[in-house]
Amino acid sequence: MSFSTKEIWKEFSSSSIGLVGMGILVILFCMSIAAFIAIPAETFKEWNDPANWLTYPKSALPVWVNYFLSHKIPEHMILKPQESYQKSGNVSVVTDVFAVDYEYDSFPSDFVYQYSVRYAGAPLVQLSVTRPDGLSSILMSTSLPYSYNETMFSGMLFSTDDSMKKNLENNILFSFPVTALPSQDLVFSDPDQNKALKGHYIFKAKIYDVDGSITPDQSTFVLGGKAYGLMGTDELRRDLAVGILWGTPLALFIGITVSIGSVMLGLVYGVFAGFKGKTTDEAMMRFNDIIYAMPALPLLIILAVTIGNSIFLIVGFLVIFGWVGIAKVSRSMAMQIKTLQYIEASKLMGQKDFKIIFKHVLPQLLPYTFASIAISVPAAITTEAGLSFLGLGDPTFPTWGQILHDASVYGAAERGLWWWILPPGIMIAITGLAFVFIGHAMDTIVNPKLRR
Amino acid sequence: MSIRRGGNGKLQNRNCNVMGFKKYLAKRAITMFGVLMATLLITIALVGSNMDAILKQSVALEIRQQVTNNKSLVSSFKTPDQLNSYIQNQIKQRVVALGLDQPWYTPQRLGLAMYKILTLDFGHAKFLTSDTGSSDVKDIILERLPNTILLFTTATAIVSLIGILLGAIAASKVNSKIDKITSGFAIVSSSFPVWWVGIIMIFLFAFVYPIFPARATPTIPMTDPGYAVSLLYHMALPLITLVLIGFGSWAYLVRNFLVGVLQEDFIMAKKTAGIDKKKILYRHALKNAAPPIITVLALSLSGSLGGAIITEAVFDWPGMGRLYYEAISVLDLPVIIGATYVLTAFFLVSVFLADMLYGYFDPRVRRQ
Repeated sequence: MSFSTKEIWKEFSSSSIGLVGMGILVILFCMSIAAFIAIPAETFKEWNDPANWLTYPKSALPVWVNYFLSHKIPEHMILKPQESYQKSGNVSVVTDVFAVDYEYDSFPSDFVYQYSVRYAGAPLVQLSVTRPDGLSSILMSTSLPYSYNETMFSGMLFSTDDSMKKNLENNILFSFPVTALPSQDLVFSDPDQNKALKGHYIFKAKIYDVDGSITPDQSTFVLGGKAYGLMGTDELRRDLAVGILWGTPLALFIGITVSIGSVMLGLVYGVFAGFKGKTTDEAMMRFNDIIYAMPALPLLIILAVTIGNSIFLIVGFLVIFGWVGIAKVSRSMAMQIKTLQYIEASKLMGQKDFKIIFKHVLPQLLPYTFASIAISVPAAITTEAGLSFLGLGDPTFPTWGQILHDASVYGAAERGLWWWILPPGIMIAITGLAFVFIGHAMDTIVNPKLRR
Repeated sequence: MSIRRGGNGKLQNRNCNVMGFKKYLAKRAITMFGVLMATLLITIALVGSNMDAILKQSVALEIRQQVTNNKSLVSSFKTPDQLNSYIQNQIKQRVVALGLDQPWYTPQRLGLAMYKILTLDFGHAKFLTSDTGSSDVKDIILERLPNTILLFTTATAIVSLIGILLGAIAASKVNSKIDKITSGFAIVSSSFPVWWVGIIMIFLFAFVYPIFPARATPTIPMTDPGYAVSLLYHMALPLITLVLIGFGSWAYLVRNFLVGVLQEDFIMAKKTAGIDKKKILYRHALKNAAPPIITVLALSLSGSLGGAIITEAVFDWPGMGRLYYEAISVLDLPVIIGATYVLTAFFLVSVFLADMLYGYFDPRVRRQ
């Protein structure tokens, strides 16, 4: 029953299924590391903060669907400006230039220019567009409130503003009736027919100030579309790619912690019972039977509702119901090992039971332990996902179950928002599969009987 | 065990076995009862303090209403303070009469609560009602229980049938294409959460291709003669999902048991004796693999009852699971306690049945 690490690795690397599992696991770990590097931990809290997602589109498709569509749907774009500052005489001008290559077959849903400046005086903001066909138009101009002292001002220019449409009608000659159309359908339209005009658009925002000082702070140009990012967005405008990425370390944490916790607990419990034998064994196994026969999910739900649903508590609850099976198996293994001569010998030499268990019995069970850890990870992940799906999970962490819960609350299946439902479930399955594969490969090493 | 041959010895042996089996069963029954009590105790312990707060609130509300509705009583008080102190007094009396002045963990109250639940007296639900309008928890549960049993027994029956057949085929051709596909499908299908597959099925077969209804609750009243048909039609989607997710791992399990049995010496002997391979597989090997298969059958039935909570919530199937989900979402404690008790009882009965069947099929268990 004893194996050296080298032997195990040799056996393991010859099992293709185990290597596949290992490969998936490595990818998942890389994703977790990427999540930690790309997205700071404090932003975890911003997942549920709607203010954080204002510039994102609602229920947008993933961008890559355009590859499969003949009619390209517009991407949602959040553009950063090319900023320049000029001062001639007593007039200072800040210019933000946003360039877009518009290659879609329908119009954007809207566009918004967001800006914040620090100024003194009464500056003027002017937004204009230059289109691929060379035509250009002022879209909107507005003056900021007068301020004697230097103040900070944030504002937005919306495509829904009435003046924008009037400016467009005055500057560009459209050969079709425009009254019923919103201004974004005009900005991006061919002048001869109301179809999207593809090409390079330049939006220019100028902020003038006479006799005053002006320092731009931040500005973005949001071109509203129906597709965003690698995985799309949900009804609350959240970028699902971020959610899926964050879910990876969380799922790994939950799965691995629960399985290591319950396997260790079960192992020590079982080995102790099996090694001690007699009344101790009997009493411990009866207790084991009681936990074993308890319906886990109803009790987990009651625990989550009454005690609390922080992620650490849930990990604890899952351990409570997870150790029993392993305790049973390791007990019977310990009973076999107990009869081996060297154990008898160390007993005769007067070694303490505790020492024998930790020095001679437990190490023998290690290969089995690793296999059971790998095998019990998927159940922990799916159970947590299930609890989260019922709305009983930790709401502060975007686990995959949590995302699916939100999807079901907003009726994603009924509304055909497949990009909201599919990825979390597939990720749960892939993560589970990785551990099942690894566990399966280890199991064949530990139990040579299975190899036949 | 005696090794003596002859009728007498055999009889003794048998008696001894039956005694052993009875003892074994008695031991299991006691454990099961212990589990039932422990689960009940844990449930009451977890919800007890909340339960008391809710009960006290409802007593206070009830008495306040009674007093204010009684005009002559109200007019007999001169100041509002007097009225208030009278009401407080009444509430206190009622609380004492109901035993609510003592915490829930005193032996009397705990004993009473356990006794009531054991005799299936779950009290009245706070918010939920049965379709007939009764708020008695027993009525609500009795209305929902048949639906859960119908769905999950049907699913388990179909799954085990397909599983045993497919598993036997896979076992007879180890490492063949069909064997590999079965194993692969088993591993992949069991990695997906059932409820997630349920959502996908609803998405595909209720909205993209509207073949089945999305909500599994029949829309016509229970008294309608077409109710049974409607129920079955609404059951189709959850049933298909459960079967789809379940049969793969079943086939895999049966295959593994059978492969183990097929390596035994007696099968080899039969093979060398020239008995038909199919006959060996279905007559002898399957019979010997029966005990673990039956155990798993009983256990998976009971296991699916627990999983029913999420599955039924997804499909909106009017069973125990959805009842549990509804009770949790409005924190209807009497219903939670009652449903936990019934779910646990069912779970334990099937575990006990599994033990019994295992003992019946595998004599080694009895001799322990």
